Amino acid sequence: MKILSITKRIILEMRRDKRTLALLFIAPLFILTLMFFLFQSNSDTVAQLAVKNVPTSVTKVIDNKHVKIHKVTTSDSPKKVILDHDYDGYIKKDGNKLTVTYQNASQTQAGIIKKSVQMGLIKLQINQLVAGTKKAKSAIKKTQTQLHQIANQLPAAARRNMTAASDNQKQLSKPVKLSLSQKYLYGNSDSTFFSTMFPIFVGFVVFFFVFLISGISLLRERTTGTLSRLLASPIKRSEIIFGYLTGYGLFAIIQTMIVVLYCIYVLKVQILGSIVTVLFICFLLALVALSMGLFVSTFAASEFQMMQFIPILVIPQIFFSGIIPVSNMAGWLQVIAHFMPLYYGANALTDVIQKQAGLLQVATPIIVLGVILLFFVTLNILGMRRYRKV
Amino acid sequence: MEPLITVTNVDKNFNNHPVLSSINLESFPGKILGLIGPSGAGKTTLIKVIMGMEQPDTGTATILDKQMPNRIVLEDIGFMAQNDALYGSLTGRENLKFFASLFAIDRKLIENRINYVASIVNLIPDLNKKVSNYSGGMKRRLSLAISLISDPKILILDEPTVGIDPELRCQIWKELKKYRDEGKLIIITTHVMADAAQCDELEMIRDGHIISSGSPEELKAEYNADNLEDVFLKAGEQNNENPIDN
Repeated sequence: MKILSITKRIILEMRRDKRTLALLFIAPLFILTLMFFLFQSNSDTVAQLAVKNVPTSVTKVIDNKHVKIHKVTTSDSPKKVILDHDYDGYIKKDGNKLTVTYQNASQTQAGIIKKSVQMGLIKLQINQLVAGTKKAKSAIKKTQTQLHQIANQLPAAARRNMTAASDNQKQLSKPVKLSLSQKYLYGNSDSTFFSTMFPIFVGFVVFFFVFLISGISLLRERTTGTLSRLLASPIKRSEIIFGYLTGYGLFAIIQTMIVVLYCIYVLKVQILGSIVTVLFICFLLALVALSMGLFVSTFAASEFQMMQFIPILVIPQIFFSGIIPVSNMAGWLQVIAHFMPLYYGANALTDVIQKQAGLLQVATPIIVLGVILLFFVTLNILGMRRYRKV
Repeated sequence: MEPLITVTNVDKNFNNHPVLSSINLESFPGKILGLIGPSGAGKTTLIKVIMGMEQPDTGTATILDKQMPNRIVLEDIGFMAQNDALYGSLTGRENLKFFASLFAIDRKLIENRINYVASIVNLIPDLNKKVSNYSGGMKRRLSLAISLISDPKILILDEPTVGIDPELRCQIWKELKKYRDEGKLIIITTHVMADAAQCDELEMIRDGHIISSGSPEELKAEYNADNLEDVFLKAGEQNNENPIDN
């Protein structure tokens, strides 16, 4: 089997190249861990809010654990106050009007203030409503006592009717207490942004590293002349390509296993679907990356030129991998998304990891990935005609 | 006797610049054929056409009655390229083993074969070193060993003696002649006249044309020269005086 000869050679070369191995197996874990902690802290953001002339009754309702309130008395403009102290927002009360000024350098902080103020105003209205009801209640009570006094002077039959009515009154005034219990379809209340990002990231890591390493490795064969030397032997062109696919596919599967197991056991990320399905999708995605990397290396004359394909072919795929929901994109962007292998890979991974989808439910993206793979493998085999026509 | 390799009316252009013009060639088993000529004459392109790695614009190259390019015929060809196409992170032995596995060689015989070809080029002591640590001459020798690994009927060597010391060159020629005597065909390209003198037949190539052919003695007689060096120079002068039309 000549395919196996190529595969064996690739494994041998990789084993000698410790740095590339580290890039393949350790770098993704490093990035993942970093992302894990970065996205965890997202919920602890605190917005600094300055208030002027705002009564305590209002600041009290705006205050929560995500907002820190600073009372100011200066007559400086809101802009100056915000810039001087690096506040995220400034609230001023003129008569019955609240004016909020946002720094708006970070949308997260502006969003927190916006939400807190809106929630505060609602709370305020409810409080006023409750106070109003209380007043009404005491007024009713007063009338009732007066009624009682009058009723005592009435004949017994009429009095019985009156008590029934006042019992009704008691039942009505009893407040209905609502209790809240939250249930989650996927994940649990501890789910962070990281759990959303995780499937996308696994797909991306597999795609990126395999694309780069396989592309550069075939490129090196071209530039050192070993590729044309290979084709001076009776090996088939397809055997070279399939040898590459198996060799690097093997490393891709080890890489995915390390990444997935690390996330499950060290970072404690929940994978709802079957791990085997996850590995299968990653493997397929790696093969697509591999065939694309090999193909693209045809157009690169050096390792540096190979790197130049990253901003063109790899980075745009991140945007369409589900970080931004594709269904919210403009129509023409959605069309572009459907040409991105990572769109299918990340979608399928998200479905399996977060929504417990089975192999059948992600059949469509898998089939599309298969077609893309077939397309590039054929192109690669044809591309080798440059070195030998048969 | 049937020729092993036949090249008929081959023309090849690169970007409208003729590299080979009406090349005709026949070579027979049991011979060492030397393609001699200055660099850029088209020797390597001719070899690539013969091996099917380049498609001629017109004309054909045939090996063992099969028109090239033909993948199966490559089974019978041992090739040594001008640049050392080796895997630097592998050892010499691993390189030999890898290339051996691309040919239909009996697995049990591979180890013996590796040791045999390595001994021809004096590489046995360095076989377990990484090729990236080899000197230029050692790489050249390993390339030669690789071309011999499948015991091919046809051996095609592109500038095989560059960077090899005289003592080893002598030994390699001895082996090549032994190989020829087993009835095999060896084609080498060279611009070193000492190597050309060792060949049985010579084809002198200049600017893509074969300007002269015959045994070293015949060429010397034709140009009335004492040694091949003079033949080479005289042929060059003549060619410049009466350039052959393209």
